[in-house]
Amino acid sequence: MRYAMAIDTKKCVGCADCVVACQTENNVPHGYSRDWIVENVAGTYPNLNMIFRSERCNQCNNAPCVRCCPTGASHIVEGGIVLVTHDDCIGCSACIEACPYDARYIHPDGYVDKCTFCIQRVDKGQNPACVDVCPTYSLHFGDLDDPNSAVSKALKGRSWYVLAPEAGTEPQLYYLT
Amino acid sequence: MIVSGRNIPGIDPYLNMWHWQIALYLFLGGLAAGILFFAAYFVVRGKEKEMPATVKWATIIAPVVLVIGLAALFSDLYHKLYFWRLYTTIRFTSPMSWGAWTLMLITPLSVVWVASYLKEMFPEWDWKFGFLNSFEKWVIKNRISFAWIMMILSIILGVYTGILLSAFNARPLWNTSILGPLFLVSGFSTGLAAIMWVSNNEHERRVLSKIDLIFIAIELFLIIHLFMGFMAGTAVKLEAFKLFLGGPFTVSFWVFVVLLGLIFPGVLEILELSGYHVPRWVPAFLILFGGLMFRFVMVEAGQITRFLY
Amino acid sequence: MKTRRQFIKITTVGAGAAALGLYSLKVSGLNLFESKKEEEPASDEEMTATPTYCEVCFWKCAGWTYVDKKGKIRKIIGNKEDPHSKGRLCPRGTGGIGMYYDNDRLKTPLIREMRKDGSQYFRKAGWSEALDKVAGKMKEVAGRYGPEAFGLFNHGTPGGHLEHLMRAYGSETNAEPAYAQCRGPRSAAYYATFGAFIGSPECTDIRDTRCMVLIGSHIGENMHNTQVQEMSAAIDHKATIITVDPRFSTAASKSTFWLPIKPATDIALILAWIHVLIYENIYNKEFVHKYTFGFDELKAHVKNMTPEWAYGITTIEPDLIRKTAREMAGFAPAVVIHPGRHVVWYGDDTQRERSLAILTALLGAWGKRGSLYLPEAVHLPRFPQPEYPKPKWGWKDLNERKFSLATMGITTEIMKASIPRYNYKHQIKAWLTGGTNLPLSMPDKKLFKEAAEAVEFIAVMDTMPMEVTGYADVVLPEATYLERYDFIRAAQNRIPNVALRMPAIKPRFDSKPAWWITKQIGERLGLHAYFNYDDYSEVIDWQLKQIGTSLEEMKTIGVKSFPRQSGPLYIGNGEDYEFNTNTGKVELYSTDFADAGFDPLPIYTPHPEPPQNFYRLIYGRAPMHTFSRTQNNHFLWDLMKENSVWVNPKVSSLWGLKDGQKVWLKNQDGITTSFPVKVRITERVRWDTVYMVHGFGHSDKKLTRAYGRGASDEEMITRVAEDPIMGGTGMRGNFITFIQENPEVKRKEDKA
Repeated sequence: MRYAMAIDTKKCVGCADCVVACQTENNVPHGYSRDWIVENVAGTYPNLNMIFRSERCNQCNNAPCVRCCPTGASHIVEGGIVLVTHDDCIGCSACIEACPYDARYIHPDGYVDKCTFCIQRVDKGQNPACVDVCPTYSLHFGDLDDPNSAVSKALKGRSWYVLAPEAGTEPQLYYLT
Repeated sequence: MIVSGRNIPGIDPYLNMWHWQIALYLFLGGLAAGILFFAAYFVVRGKEKEMPATVKWATIIAPVVLVIGLAALFSDLYHKLYFWRLYTTIRFTSPMSWGAWTLMLITPLSVVWVASYLKEMFPEWDWKFGFLNSFEKWVIKNRISFAWIMMILSIILGVYTGILLSAFNARPLWNTSILGPLFLVSGFSTGLAAIMWVSNNEHERRVLSKIDLIFIAIELFLIIHLFMGFMAGTAVKLEAFKLFLGGPFTVSFWVFVVLLGLIFPGVLEILELSGYHVPRWVPAFLILFGGLMFRFVMVEAGQITRFLY
Repeated sequence: MKTRRQFIKITTVGAGAAALGLYSLKVSGLNLFESKKEEEPASDEEMTATPTYCEVCFWKCAGWTYVDKKGKIRKIIGNKEDPHSKGRLCPRGTGGIGMYYDNDRLKTPLIREMRKDGSQYFRKAGWSEALDKVAGKMKEVAGRYGPEAFGLFNHGTPGGHLEHLMRAYGSETNAEPAYAQCRGPRSAAYYATFGAFIGSPECTDIRDTRCMVLIGSHIGENMHNTQVQEMSAAIDHKATIITVDPRFSTAASKSTFWLPIKPATDIALILAWIHVLIYENIYNKEFVHKYTFGFDELKAHVKNMTPEWAYGITTIEPDLIRKTAREMAGFAPAVVIHPGRHVVWYGDDTQRERSLAILTALLGAWGKRGSLYLPEAVHLPRFPQPEYPKPKWGWKDLNERKFSLATMGITTEIMKASIPRYNYKHQIKAWLTGGTNLPLSMPDKKLFKEAAEAVEFIAVMDTMPMEVTGYADVVLPEATYLERYDFIRAAQNRIPNVALRMPAIKPRFDSKPAWWITKQIGERLGLHAYFNYDDYSEVIDWQLKQIGTSLEEMKTIGVKSFPRQSGPLYIGNGEDYEFNTNTGKVELYSTDFADAGFDPLPIYTPHPEPPQNFYRLIYGRAPMHTFSRTQNNHFLWDLMKENSVWVNPKVSSLWGLKDGQKVWLKNQDGITTSFPVKVRITERVRWDTVYMVHGFGHSDKKLTRAYGRGASDEEMITRVAEDPIMGGTGMRGNFITFIQENPEVKRKEDKA
């Protein structure tokens, strides 16, 4: 079982609904966000290209944040979701230094926090909050090992890329182009 | 560019989680590693009598700076009440875990080392308790073994900080295998500088000076190698290099670290060996200053470098 | 002697401020006074879900408000049965919680007082006193000038309650900025052409379209929820999207064709398209033959409006004009010619909308799948009450029926009628406002200020201390949509449906729902017959029972759909269909316009261009904000704290501007922005144009997050191009230049 997400850059309008939905669902403190929107513009007027990306923790298969954690607070659970056990975290920020995607942050309460693929929802068979709110239906989630899951279907026949593949992290967020 | 207004403290606009506490610890850790290594080394070589400061007096510095360094690290933690979790597990993939355990071993060891020499340094010293006197005798009897252990631990202490930083491949400036040896050599050099400053023995200082010059030369070689690697590397490595070539760290690195911290004291030491009189605190201070600046620069600059955007 | 009305920035008085300060620290997540344990995400089973429909913007998406066991609102989710939202709210709807928890909210009624030294301030008052004062003033105005002299500015559901009060009181002198400052020209144009309004939400069948043309719509930056969702579906179906915009908008980035048009030349492009359709014989002949009137006049009219002619005006290549016209024709009638929404640009906007309507008709893209469907709304019977009294005059009569084709009140006319020196036949003596922040939504601030100072009394109902409250004599704090009952939403759609809004939580502070406020005022005016209920839920329950459901049922489902009664969603092939126009057909040649003395067929008129060193200011939306309403909402403020002025790199290098640098803007009339704004250097905007997101530059200090952030585009809009047909205020004819030093500092230096 390998959870993953596909994000359709053709359709995303960068509205940041995913950011707000995550904050309300997961009680993220004001001033912090577990996901964010990136705008990429290329070219000169009027020959222009633009896409939006909704980014978050890539739940990497080869997660550097898990490898470098001195207490084992950062760990991977079944399905590949990377979690942080709050009471094991000492707040040393090594994992934050290790993440090529700047996906982690120190929560005001002292431990490290980040996107958890809304594991409390996934465990009940639901989608992460961002996936369920996206008004352009750009986010797809599911089990990559299941050919009938939403993410597998979204990837089928589409070209895609991942962020910073050269970092060797094997990220599980696939950006559809 | 991020357009959802993300402005997380410490993360945006660029990573700035680790500050002076980390840089200070890296410096103090390297310093202690250097002092303890040479103390142990000369004991193993049987040269205790000729190197009094190295083996005895300078080692007083080691536990002090280790405690200060640990205090700095502790103060940097954001979840302080849970710090003890470090010692409930050993994680071999995490250099920080090695470091935590190494410190856990080497700090008491350095205290024991100093304690075992207290009677030699302060003849009126009395332990007052019987078991302490027996313990002291036992340590002195097994001093060679202790020295070997301390040598190994101090090498780990000196090199792991560099490996820790270099393991973060998300930070292109740090992600080079040269960083480990570079930190080790730099740490040993600062240790030698501290010992030379404290030592009253002319012969001792000459020996250490010669060793130090070799280390300075190695350091310069590694630094050149480091930057050549950046120049020949990928786009992110070139970006990292630009920080030191016209970027905000140009002066602090080339002037304070390389010129004042390595080349100039090296020249002074050569002059001293050639017979000129150089006040001994000058090269020592410069090397220590250069070592501290080096860590500051690496910690700050490394966090600015990144893979994306 | 009448004293001038001072703009009072509402300040909290006394110890309350300290307590609120500490409270806001707690709520802002620092949790200094709570145990450090963070709250776990709440599971849906442990929360109570109450149905509501959103009031952050006008789309009114239905959703569920989730309140946890401790009584805290945790999230707002869309209602899956709702055709507006289909279960997914936009970021403002999801962040609507911020409206409830905003500690800068209005907390008590406020009454304007004057000190001995002449300065004015707000005093806290109880509801009885405030309501007595408003009702008293309404009686006084009715006695002296007649109830018609009391005007109303309104928007949204709060405005609806106020409108009911005013109708019962005897005044039809009301206007919404949403008409003359937004969609007015579209209403007049489409009504003249098709005999029908486009309405809200627009009846665009984007979901099934094969080709969508966007002029004056930036879907994706405006979060018109259903349209954004349906555009996404259209992209999946590989529909062609043609966007006409001087700026590389989000929609443009997803378009098959982007026409980077020179601003103010759109009519020329549309006329050239019409020319191509007619002269290449690719228009929808069946539709045109069966349903339209005036084709021959149109054909003669556009004879010389070739793509080459349009190229010289618009800078769009003739080949591209032809190609896009053919693309539309190829997919007809499954084409959406989007009528746009905020269409008040240059003063000839009704004519531009007419040209869009004509283009729509030539493609037969009306009442067909994939074009504009025939919407239907549930008809809600009115709660039993007497007929409204007939006023002696209303908004139509203010200026001797100058804008005879206007279908709603015109805000600028109400303002001018409030100022004696304009000498309008009917004078307005007092105002009531609700749901609209006039100082930031109206162009030409001088007019607003003069009018606000001229009237004898202003009462403002609002949830937040918006700038308009600074001009009020009485401020009435309204509860947010999460805390109140309101009208049943019965908006038009493919399938008629109703949505319930009920309170999810008690009103904070001393705020009250609009239905209660208006009922209290109405009772004091002796209008009990129009407010014959104790709680508004009685009205809702009665109305719902009339249409076959009940409050109890709606509380569990939130949204209920009903079968269509007006006929099918689309006009059948070859079906006879009568349009609600003079000729009974779609009027390509408008008889109404001809009768009223306006051009029956649109023509292109050139508009003023920016002088040297000036750039045309165009403005629009960002998907995380609504008008000037949301800049203080903590969730949405986190996403976008301030706007920026978009500058083309050629221009920025000319001026030596750096990305992120703060500049002041000065317009052609010498007005400078109160606050500086950040420069955003981007290729997405033309070199003769700058772009800003509307709604920032708040000047009321009580909006602690929004105050001073960014600059107000509205401040720069001092030159207004009045649409002669329906009074719309064209606002895109203003030009700005950059001031790199603080004008305040410069002024002081010049004085010294």
